Amino acid sequence: MGAGNHQTPGLMKPKADMSVVDRILNGEIRAAARLIRDIEDGRPVAREALKTLYTSSGQAFVIGITGPPGAGKSSLADKLIEAFRGQGKKVAVVAVDPTSPFSGGAILGDRIRMNRHASDDGVFIRSMGTRGHLGGLSAATSDAVTVLDAMGWDIILVETVGVGQDEVEIVRTAHTSLVVMVPGMGDDIQAIKAGILEIANIFVVNKADRPDTDRTVRDLENLLDMNLPSEDEWRPPVVRTVALRQDGISELMEKIQEHRNYLLSSGRLARFEEEKSAQRFAELLKEGLFRQVHDRIQHEDRLKGILEAIVNKELDPYTAVDRILEEKLK
Amino acid sequence: MSERKLRLLVAKPGLDGHDRGAKIVARSFRDAGFEVIYTGLRQTPEQIVNTAIQEDVDAVSLSILSGAHNTLFPRVIELLREKDAADIPVFGGGIIPEEDIAGLKAAGVLAVFTPGTSTEEINRWVRETIRPRD
Ligand SMILES: Nc1nc2c(ncn2[C@@H]2O[C@H](COP(=O)(O)OP(=O)(O)OP(=O)(O)O)[C@@H](O)[C@H]2O)c(=O)[nH]1
Ligand SMILES: [Mg+2]
Repeated sequence: MGAGNHQTPGLMKPKADMSVVDRILNGEIRAAARLIRDIEDGRPVAREALKTLYTSSGQAFVIGITGPPGAGKSSLADKLIEAFRGQGKKVAVVAVDPTSPFSGGAILGDRIRMNRHASDDGVFIRSMGTRGHLGGLSAATSDAVTVLDAMGWDIILVETVGVGQDEVEIVRTAHTSLVVMVPGMGDDIQAIKAGILEIANIFVVNKADRPDTDRTVRDLENLLDMNLPSEDEWRPPVVRTVALRQDGISELMEKIQEHRNYLLSSGRLARFEEEKSAQRFAELLKEGLFRQVHDRIQHEDRLKGILEAIVNKELDPYTAVDRILEEKLK
Repeated sequence: MSERKLRLLVAKPGLDGHDRGAKIVARSFRDAGFEVIYTGLRQTPEQIVNTAIQEDVDAVSLSILSGAHNTLFPRVIELLREKDAADIPVFGGGIIPEEDIAGLKAAGVLAVFTPGTSTEEINRWVRETIRPRD
């Protein structure tokens, strides 16, 4: 973690004869922006570039920010960018907004809250739609993070809305996860606790200028108490912020630093990296094997017959898969 | 191979505080299936150009009501050129007098839509003109 021996992003001039990977490692914004596009559009070139970039990644500190729509995630990101810039860190942001299920289009508006940083060369912001990404949204965002990490950004913020399964998976790839709530969510806290308790490293009650802040903080604390962790485990702190002002931001920064220290001192960071690698490897293996086998039976025009036999109960899906896998192994 | 999805930046430079028009255009682009990056009011040309590059957009759509179109459009185009991003086309609209349009086009603005233009018309033009950059 911390600043690596990479080039300062944005300072190098493009060279026509350099590969995409070299251009990105050289800090070229346009090349990175294009590669992230290729990742999103499912281009094979992206996979090739990621093979090299992956081995240069692992320096950045990744912070996930999730929570319900309009909770103030982008406004908080804006303030965190400012605070990290104040420490001389270079900050990249990946901000995910929902794609319209009707048109497939999207209005990606997270930048509205942060775009004052667009004139700062030490800040890179990228908006992503949830789309129907090949290999899943979490794969696309974590690949984008890998690109930015390899490029030398010190801090990477990942903003996602919700707390659905996709978000949980995205946030799992962050070192420190912030779950942002707003006052007056008391009842909702009960409803969503299953998902959020396990992913939140820090709870933020934003819009603390509103009534009911105390009650929401208390509800959260109670919930955490009922799930008392064992001795050496991290108990998520609850931080109050007003993202429109400066309130609570320095405390939030302190808690982020404390969690980072905890990850390092407890050996949790090493375990985190192991889990993340195992998960990524398993995902890619699953995806690759599925594509290979599926493509083959489809190519041989057998898929329709197999499915028909299963529908007619002449064949069961378990035997069908066993047979195909046996063929495959021969 | 999968299709590229069109990405457009809808930006609002200048000092006027109205973005109703820009939001209507942004929504119509979304409904047409495009990804729209929307940055809010009062963006400087530098912010607009950096955003366009970081977001890898296929075109920049500027909405200008302040009367400063004759300086803002050319400035954005000039900055794109300076940053090796002249391949990102610029179009736009707003309150722009008929007699200024030829000058803007000469400065490199691809199309200028005046207030009467329907979103359908703008969308048709985008679909026919703007291609995902490859
Ligand atoms: N009163 C109050 N309003 C806030 C605060 N923080 C953010 N807001 C407002 O809440 C609205 C939503 O803020 P965003 O930062 O866009 O929230 P978000 O969680 O990123 O929203 P989505 O990305 O759309 O889910 C904006 O109008 C902000 O100005 C706060 O601390 N207090
Ligand atoms: Mg947001």
